[in-house]
This record gives sequence, structure tokens and C-alpha cells, in this order.
Amino acid sequence: MKPFTYMRPTDGTEALSLAAMSKQARFLGGGTNLVDLMRQHVETPDELVDVTRLRGNIKETTSGGLLIGAAVRNSTLAAHPHVRQNFPVLSRALLSGASAQIRNMATVGGNIMQRTRCSYFYDVTGARCNKRNPGVGCDAIGGFTRYHAVLGASEHCVATHPSDMCVALAALDATVHVAGPDGDRSVPITEFHVLPGDHPEVETVLRSGELITAVEIPASTMAARSEYRKVRDRSSYAFALVSVAGAIEIAQGTIADVRIALGGVAAKPWRAARAEEFLRGKEVSHEQFLDAAESELAAARPLEGNRFKIELAKRTIAAVLGDLARDAA
Amino acid sequence: MAIGINGTDYAAPEDPRVSLLDFLREQVGLTGTKLGCNQGACGACTVLLDDERVLSCLTLAVQVDGRKVRTIEGLADAQGDLHPLQVAFIKHDGFQCGYCTPGQICSALAMAEELRRGDPSHVTVDLAAGPEGPTRYEIAERMSGNLCRCGAHNGIVSAIEEMLQGDSA
Repeated sequence: MKPFTYMRPTDGTEALSLAAMSKQARFLGGGTNLVDLMRQHVETPDELVDVTRLRGNIKETTSGGLLIGAAVRNSTLAAHPHVRQNFPVLSRALLSGASAQIRNMATVGGNIMQRTRCSYFYDVTGARCNKRNPGVGCDAIGGFTRYHAVLGASEHCVATHPSDMCVALAALDATVHVAGPDGDRSVPITEFHVLPGDHPEVETVLRSGELITAVEIPASTMAARSEYRKVRDRSSYAFALVSVAGAIEIAQGTIADVRIALGGVAAKPWRAARAEEFLRGKEVSHEQFLDAAESELAAARPLEGNRFKIELAKRTIAAVLGDLARDAA
Repeated sequence: MAIGINGTDYAAPEDPRVSLLDFLREQVGLTGTKLGCNQGACGACTVLLDDERVLSCLTLAVQVDGRKVRTIEGLADAQGDLHPLQVAFIKHDGFQCGYCTPGQICSALAMAEELRRGDPSHVTVDLAAGPEGPTRYEIAERMSGNLCRCGAHNGIVSAIEEMLQGDSA
């Protein structure tokens, strides 16, 4: 591991000024991803600003939503009574991710900022990767692509974002609060991560020196009946092949409103806006759910090793919406 | 500040690159905690940090300055009698080569507390109500972060079941 300076600020202001001391500074959360990447020489910061001891709590907002501090641990958030009761999709997504030990360490901010688990991205000595070295090429394309993207990828990068939590947050219309040298701002989670295009090395809209301080979830009556289904190669402690976060509101047999987000298929949590649009005002039926999924996946471009994800995503969307509709009936 | 390890204080290492795992094994001399994958995939390095289970391989030792760490060496009582869970592991053949055992046992102790608190898991049916009880299914899901390549998982689950029954008796 490359030598670095370790610093532990006591408040957000100090954290920002410490991070401003170096362009190669990184904020350190639970370390479950960053420490590993440093050991592999994928990340080589010269300064680590440990933000795990900044005050992080979970507060109800006046409107009935939630404000979640960035340093809150994944396990704490998953077990929070308000989240379990009113935003079950978020608890379910968190509990399906990683292991109990990792959920105890990982923070909310770090979960959002975690990087792809593309094995070519990790293979510093053996593989070309446009994320690591822009312009050198991508060895994933034409390689082992079972875990790679079918939506929104580019000829330069086909990596997926590995988070489960972010998929739930995308379905819940969450907002990411950010503090930085130029002040505070908020970004919808669906716009926080960016697609690879010509610059796969750019993964989020976060600017140099900015720090995620909190995530806000708006109140939603729909969210109390929401679900997360994760399809993976083993039943626990594995990344998603495909995952679906969903919520639905039904009035007199027709779909009043619906939320669908997909994981494991793109470089960002994929909000299925087309499928949602398709379903609003429609009658509840399995065929409608499949047609909606079809409309979303029409844009999918599979690689040799992940064609199955398209069908898997369609069926999982239909299954989740079917479950939710049955519960609502 | 200092790192409290099994009741004794140690100064945090000078070099921030040292993981908590390497600190325990190479600087403190507590080699009970094992190095498996060194990348957060196997759970062999699990220790208790302020009574919660974490992976010591992905924790920088400097990060835990001022906090309390408990390792497998800190479980037996003052007379040297094994912790009831250690006894149960022996009784149920909860290991073969023993390499993953310290991590399994630390993990299971924290898991018992999570169950007592009513924390849900991925397989808990009613999220709001919490787990119905320590079924083998719940235990297996909650222990999925600890791999045993000898395949002693059934014995491990039985040992944990026995400890949890002892708790409720």
C-alpha cells in the first residue's frame, strides 16, 4: 500500500479543509471498499480523511420523510424501526447486501461512493481498464461479462455499480446532500452517478473536495408497501445479477402510481422511468407488467456473457410488481 | 488515546497502513485472529469492535483508536474456562481444520446480540416485527459472512443453536 497521511476531523468543516490540502485526498468511511482498492493499488491517495466519527444520525423530517447522516452505518439504517415500517424496500436492499460484518462497517456515504467490482478494474497488472487509465481500452468487453451492464454502457466501459442501497434510494426519490469548498448543494440520487460515455473515469457528479453529508428520503405513502428482490449466483453474500426495487399504488384496479429501479444492469442505479410511464393509469395484470418491463429493456445492449440479464430483469420486474399488487388487493 | 484489546491498552501503530488484523497478529502478538482472504470475502479475521462484529483485515488500526476490541483470546473467563460457545463448537464438531473458527465464534457472539435486539435479516419474513426466533435458516443467513472451506457449517449452526437455547433458558 502506498504511504499516506491519516487524519480524523471532528466536524464537517474541518473535514473539508483537511481534504482541500491535497488533490489526491480521499474521505474514508468504513473502508470496506477503499482500503481494499488501496491494497490492490487501484486507489493511491496520499491523504485519508476519516469521516466515520462525524455525527451521523437518522431523523424524521417534518413532512414524514427521513434525513440520514452520511456516517450512519448500513446495519443501523437497515434495523431502524421507521425504515422497517415505512420504507421496507430500503431495509430489504441493505440486508441483501454484503455480510453482517461489512454492513456494520460500511457507511451510507461510502455505500454511494463505492466503486465497481468489475474484475478487470481490480486487475492492475493484468488488464486494461478505461476507468483506471483513461484511453487504454477495456478488457472486460470480449471477456467474462456475467456481472456487466446491459443498459447505458459505452464502448469504453461496461461496468456496473454494485450497490443495493442505491437502487432502493432511486426508487424512493432520495436526494444526496453534499458540502464542499463552494458551499452546500443537493443532487437527486438518480442524477448522482453518471453513465460512462467517453469518460468512464468520471463516476459521479461529486466535485473535487466535496463530501456527502446526508441522504434525504421524501415522505411517501407508496413506500410503506415496497419491495426489493435480488437475483444472484448464491443466496447470500453475493452481488446482484439483477435486482429490482419497486413500489405501487393501486386505486380501483388501476395503477395510480408506481416506482421501479434496477440494480446490476448499469453503471448507476437504473430508474425504470419508461416502464413507470407505461404503467400509470393501466389496469393491473401480469401482461401489463411484462409489457412495461419490455418497454424498459428495449434499449438493452447485451454482451456475450450477459444476454440472460435482459430476460431476467423483465421477469423480476413483473414478479415484484405482481407481489406488490397482490398485497395491495 | 489507545486501543483497548481484551482489557489491555495498546498505543495505535505509527504507520496508518497497518490493518487491525496485522496489528493484532504482528505487533500485539495475538495470533488467534486469522488472515484468510485479506479482502473482506471470508470472515476469518472477524473481531468484536465495541461488541459489534467487523472485519479486522479492512479496518485500519488507527481508525479504532479510543475503542475496544475483543478477540478470540478474550473470550475464556479468568480461570481459563472456555466460553460456552467454544464448548458448543467442540461438542458439535463446528470445525475441522480450525482456521475459520476464531472468526466464526466472534461473529456468532455478536450475531446473538443482534438477534436479542430483534434486528431483522434478509430472510426475516416480517420486517417490522423482527425475527421469529433463532431458526437454522436465520442463523445460516446471519453467518453467511463467515466461510468454512472444510464445510463444517451444519455443526457451526448447531453449536450456535445450542448457545442461543442456553441464553433463553
